[in-house]
Amino acid sequence: MTGIALSTPQRRTRTWVRTTVGVLLTAAMLFPVYWMINVSFTRDQDMRKSPPDLFPVHGTLEGYRAVFDQQLPYLGTSLVIGLGTVVLTVALAAPAGYALAKLRPRGGGVLSFLLLVAQMVPGIIMAMGFYAIYLQLGLLQSVPGLIVADSTLAVPFAVLIFTAFMSGIPGELIQAAQMDGARALRTFWSIVLPMSRNSVVTVSLFAFLWSWSDFVFASTLANGGAHEPITLGIYHYIGNNNQQWNAIMATAVVASLPATVILVLAQRYVAAGVTAGAVKD
Amino acid sequence: MKPMTQVPERRSVQSRNGAATSAPSPAHARARRRPTSQQWAAWAFLAPVTLYLALFYAYPLYRNLDLSLRNYTVRSFVQGDAPFTGLANYRKIFDDPTFAPALLHTAVFTAVCLVFQYAIGLALAVFFNQNFRLSATLRALFLVPWLLPLIVSASTWSWMLNSDSGIVNTLLSAFGVGPVNWLTSPSWSLTSVIIANIWIGVPFNLVVLYSGLQSIPTSLYEAAALDGANAWRRFWSITFPLLRPVSAITLLLGLVYTLKVFDIIWIMTKGGPADSSTTFATWSYQLGFGNLLPAFGPGAAVGNLLVVAALVFGLIYLKVQRKQALS
Repeated sequence: MTGIALSTPQRRTRTWVRTTVGVLLTAAMLFPVYWMINVSFTRDQDMRKSPPDLFPVHGTLEGYRAVFDQQLPYLGTSLVIGLGTVVLTVALAAPAGYALAKLRPRGGGVLSFLLLVAQMVPGIIMAMGFYAIYLQLGLLQSVPGLIVADSTLAVPFAVLIFTAFMSGIPGELIQAAQMDGARALRTFWSIVLPMSRNSVVTVSLFAFLWSWSDFVFASTLANGGAHEPITLGIYHYIGNNNQQWNAIMATAVVASLPATVILVLAQRYVAAGVTAGAVKD
Repeated sequence: MKPMTQVPERRSVQSRNGAATSAPSPAHARARRRPTSQQWAAWAFLAPVTLYLALFYAYPLYRNLDLSLRNYTVRSFVQGDAPFTGLANYRKIFDDPTFAPALLHTAVFTAVCLVFQYAIGLALAVFFNQNFRLSATLRALFLVPWLLPLIVSASTWSWMLNSDSGIVNTLLSAFGVGPVNWLTSPSWSLTSVIIANIWIGVPFNLVVLYSGLQSIPTSLYEAAALDGANAWRRFWSITFPLLRPVSAITLLLGLVYTLKVFDIIWIMTKGGPADSSTTFATWSYQLGFGNLLPAFGPGAAVGNLLVVAALVFGLIYLKVQRKQALS
């Protein structure tokens, strides 16, 4: 791929050709996203037009008005559940990551292995088990119940990320050998946790995003309740008013905002999570 | 269930091994005398997550197993006194006329998705590895389908594939191809959900394979170029063989995650029409939650077959992963 024999102008042309091809490929890949936005602005009477308008020439905000009128409670519920999942996940996973990375517990290897295996259990099976348990405990259609269920999507991943990050903290700062409980707690709180700020952000972002996007647990555990998340809001929309696709797509656009914001503002942290290991390899 | 979990998970696994290979020297020396007080401290930190695993992973799985071994009705589901029936639920699903199609669809869905996701992802990774202007930005944009909530992707694809007003059929008619009933015809529904799922899975393959390409030394390509090997030749004799370990990991992890895809299929077709896009995941949900009269026992039994399949391939993945980390 490295054009050794190429002169500078030739190389420059090649770069531009590649950039153009790259832009075209990205445009093709993102076409469904564009289409979602386009449809969200399309008027009802143009929805069934053939061929459809490629741009929202007669753009309307009807769809977004419907979102504001009908979907705000769902969005609020999703926000609460997402934040709850973040708190629960970090609170459970950060101490565990610290112990696995720095305190060398007996049986820690087995625990890490179980966490890896736990990630592979299909969500639909977990949902069925949770349903049976929540039915008996009366936790169906409750926000705390959904927070706990959603956290199972993120906790194993979070422990693994924290372990990886915290292994990188120099031992001299921690002096792990012969650490009693009180000292371990102080070290964790005043040294390890502040130094792991980036990994806390990374874990929080993913935990929030997964809980925000969850459909399996929502549709099994929260369906029909007073507090339903936005994924169910969209799902009911599709089921109920098959015609109002601008409203459906407008809701979809709004539901995609967290992902977009994260990609734009926090790409550094996402990349940090993703490349955490690559540096060490 | 969600391809979203994939990249970081894989990387974190990698990093764990990275840490394990870089850390041992000082850690090993001290590991011989693990002070008891530190053991207590360590397990105090691990206690919440251990308890959590037992309560919210092991127990739901146990309940699921229990569901599959009893004859549950709505009544006994609430009261919890369903009679133990052994493997009757499993026999029931094996004899069910849906079993063979569901097995076939699961296999086809998984295999076709994997092949296309991998091939497209690899082609894109090789392309982006050339490091042209804007390549980093464009690569980041490619992540968008992977970060979107699945319900968003699924509903967008549903509308794009709509028989009468979908943009896909409009595009096809420009080439003189008649309208295809993507979601409403039994012969196309599986293809439709496969297309949507490939779209969602490509970013993961791109990112992981790209990171694999980065670790191939450029000097190899320079030497090959000096020997007069063209780009095609360089790909097949350098890139592809050296990428084999990363490819194996990508495909195995993709397999585990594609097996359990549920959201996309359920939202787009509900497994229909007439079971034409039913996989084990949607069948299990259909039995447990999709009907007015829920069949929890058979639903759990189908789910458990899926767990076994996912765990078998998952353990193979972990073994390959470990072997690669050691070598």
